[in-house]
Amino acid sequence: MDRRYRFRRGKDRGMAFLTFLCTIAVLIPLFLVLGFLVRTGASALNWDFFTRIPGAAGEPGGGMANAIAGTLLLIGLAGLFGIPVGVLGGTFLAEYPNTRLSQLTRFTADVMNGIPSIVMGLFAYVLIVLPMRHFSALSGGVALGVMLIPTVMRTTEEIIRLVPQSVREAALALGIPTWKTTVRVVIPTAAAGIVTGIMVGLARIAGETAPLLFTAFGNRFWNWNILKPVAALPLQIFAYAISPFDDWHRQAWAGALVLVTIVLIVNVAARVAAGRQVKLR
Amino acid sequence: MTREAFERDLRRLADDVVQMGRRAGEAIHRAVEALQKRDVALAGQIIAEDDAIDAAHLELEQRCLRLLATQQPMAGDLRAIASVFAITIDLERMADHAEGISRAVKRLGSAPLVKPLVDIPHMEARIQEMLRETLEALRTHDAKRAARAAKMDDVVDELRNRVLHDLLDIMIKDPQTVPRALELLIVARHLERAADHLTNVDERIVYMVTGEMRELNV
Amino acid sequence: MVQVMEVPRVDRQAAALIDHTTGIQADQVHAWFDRLHALRGISMSIAERKITAIIGPSGCGKSTFLRCLNRMHELVPGARVSGKVVMDGQDIYTPGVDPVQVRRRVGMVFQKPNPFPTMSIYENVAAGLTLAGEGDRRRRDEVVEQSLRAAALWDEVKDRLHKPGTSLSGGQQQRLCIARALAVSPEVLLMDEPASALDPASTLRIEELARELAKDITIVIVTHNMQQAARVSDFTGFFLDGQLIEFGATNDIFTRPQDRRTEDYITGRFG
Repeated sequence: MDRRYRFRRGKDRGMAFLTFLCTIAVLIPLFLVLGFLVRTGASALNWDFFTRIPGAAGEPGGGMANAIAGTLLLIGLAGLFGIPVGVLGGTFLAEYPNTRLSQLTRFTADVMNGIPSIVMGLFAYVLIVLPMRHFSALSGGVALGVMLIPTVMRTTEEIIRLVPQSVREAALALGIPTWKTTVRVVIPTAAAGIVTGIMVGLARIAGETAPLLFTAFGNRFWNWNILKPVAALPLQIFAYAISPFDDWHRQAWAGALVLVTIVLIVNVAARVAAGRQVKLR
Repeated sequence: MTREAFERDLRRLADDVVQMGRRAGEAIHRAVEALQKRDVALAGQIIAEDDAIDAAHLELEQRCLRLLATQQPMAGDLRAIASVFAITIDLERMADHAEGISRAVKRLGSAPLVKPLVDIPHMEARIQEMLRETLEALRTHDAKRAARAAKMDDVVDELRNRVLHDLLDIMIKDPQTVPRALELLIVARHLERAADHLTNVDERIVYMVTGEMRELNV
Repeated sequence: MVQVMEVPRVDRQAAALIDHTTGIQADQVHAWFDRLHALRGISMSIAERKITAIIGPSGCGKSTFLRCLNRMHELVPGARVSGKVVMDGQDIYTPGVDPVQVRRRVGMVFQKPNPFPTMSIYENVAAGLTLAGEGDRRRRDEVVEQSLRAAALWDEVKDRLHKPGTSLSGGQQQRLCIARALAVSPEVLLMDEPASALDPASTLRIEELARELAKDITIVIVTHNMQQAARVSDFTGFFLDGQLIEFGATNDIFTRPQDRRTEDYITGRFG
C-alpha cells in the first residue's frame, strides 16, 4: 500500500518537475532575446537617441525621436479607426449572436486575422495612397486600424458575452430600454475587459512593419501632418539594419529594444486593466 | 414515493387512535357490567386502568406535536393530525366517565338497586353502537357515517331523560332511596356525557374529511 | 430559552414612494417559447394591495407567467404572448403600448440578487432614475433614502452609500435590489423566488418586508417554498403544466384545497 502511494507521489513530483522544465524552455527564448537586445542596444541608448532625428547617411549620431513619435502617432490613428468599429462591432456580435449578419461578421473577422499584414498594407495603399498620390501617416493608421479591428471585436464580444444575463434583466426590469441597457450598463460592466482587449490589440500592431512599407513609408524628419509620410520605429529599424553603417546598426538594436519595451509596457497595462475587471462569473 | 415515513406515521397514528377508542369503549362496557354484576373488584380494576388510558392520550398528543413540528403538514394531513389531537382528548374524557361509573359502583357496594336496570344497559348498548360506527368512520374517512353516528346521541339523551324521570318518581315516593337512586342517576349522566364526547369525535371526523366545521350536537 | 430574532422595524417609507397601485386581471394568457406552449390560458385576478403567491412544481410556468405581467417574457428570442393583462383598466398588451413603460410600472426582483456590479449602493438604487434622465441631485438623494428605508436597509448602509453594491451580504443585496425596484415608484412589485438563494434568517426578513410593503403596493410572489407561500400571502394560485389548477384564499388552499392535484402537491405527494 505504502509502496504504491510512494510511487504515485514520485510520479506526481516527476511530472511537476517536467512541467517546470517546459516552462523554463518557453521562457528561455524570451529572456535570450531580451538579454540580447539589452546587451547590444543599451549602449546606443542616450539622450540624443530619444530627442534627435536621424543624421545624414554615414554620419554618426542622431536618434530615433521622430520614429518613436511616429509610432505613437500611428498607434493613435489606428486606435481612432479601429477601436470604435471594433467595440461597437463586438457589442453587436454579443447582443445578436445568431443572426446571419453576425455569423458573417464573425467569419470575416477571423479571416482578417489570418491575412498577412503586408496585404493589409497593400489594401491601404490602394485605398488611400493611390488617390492621394503620396504616402501618409493616415494610410498607415488605416492599415494598422483595419488590423486592429478583428482583435478588438472578438475580445469585446467575448467579454460582453460574459456579462451575466441577470445584469441585463435587472436593467430591463427597471424600465430601461434595451439600447440604453447595453450602452449604460452592459458595456461599463465589461469596460475593463474591453480595455484589456484593446491594449492587447495595440501591442500587436505597434510592432508591425510590413503594412507600413507602402503606407506610412517612413520619414527622416519630424512630421506631424498625417497627410504626409511619417517615421515609425519598425521602418527605421529595418532601414538602419540593412544599411552598411555600424553606428546605425547599433541604433537599430536600440530601436528594437525601445519597441519591445513599448510592447511590454502596453501588455503590462493590459494586465492591470484586466485585474480591474469586475468578476463576471 | 415521497414521504413514505410520514405516511407510515400517519397510518400508525390513525390505528392507535382507533385502538384508544376501543379501549375507552371497553372501559364503559366493563363499568356497566360491573354495575349489573355488582362487581366492586371489577370497578376497582377499571379505576386503576384509567391511568393507562391517560398515558395513551398523552403519548398520542406528543406524537401529533412531533409530526406538526417536523413534517410541516398541509391540507388533509394537517386536518388529520389536528383532528387526532382533539379526538384523543374526547376519548380520554370518555374513559374518565367509565371511571366515574366505576366509582359509583364502588359507592353502591352491595346495597340493593332501587330499580331493575333496563334503560342504563340500553344506553350502554347505544353507546357501543355509536362507538363502532364512529371508529369505522374514522378508519374509512367516512364523513356521512360519522354524521349518522352522531345522530344516535339523541336516543341516548332520550334514554337518560327516561331514567331521570323514573328515578325521580322513586325518590319522591320513598326518600330513603335517594342516595342509591342518585348513584344511578350519576351513572346515567356519565353515559350521556360519554355519548356527547363521541359526537365531538364525529364532528372532528367530519372536519378531517371535508374541511368543514359543523355542529352535530344539536 | 427561545432567542427572539432581531427583526428590523420597517418605516412606512414605501408609502412615500408609491403614489398609486393597482390590481391585475389576467385573461386567457398564453405564452410560448418558440413551439413550446408554456402557459395555457391563465385567467387570474390579482388583488390590489395584497400578496398573491404562485406555487407549483418546477417547470409549471409560474416564472413565465410572472414575466408576462411585466412584458419581460417577450424579450426571449422566439417568445410569444397572447391574451390580456389588464392593469388600471388598460390591457398592457394592446398594440401600441410601450413595453418599456410597462416595465417601469411593474417592478421585478429576481431569484439571485443582481445589483449592478460597477455601481455603488447609492448608484444602484438611483439607477432607475439616473438612466431615465432624472437630473435633480436632491430629488435623487431623497428617493434613494426613501427606497432604502422602505427596503429596511437604510440603517445598515447609510454610512457607506458609496461602497460597491456587491460588498453587501446576500440578504442585503436582495434588499438593495428591492430598494432599486421601489425607487422608480412602480404600481406592482413582482418577486421571483426572492428568498430562495438566501439563508433562513434573511428569508424571514424578506418575507416580513414583503408584508410591510403590501400595505402600499400590490405584490405577486413566485415561490417553490410552500411554507413561505402560506406565511406570506393572502391569495395563492397553484400552477401545473402551464395551467392554473386552483386559486383562492391562502388559508383555504392550504387547509382544504378543492382539487386533488393541489392537495397532492401541497402535502408533498409529488413535485
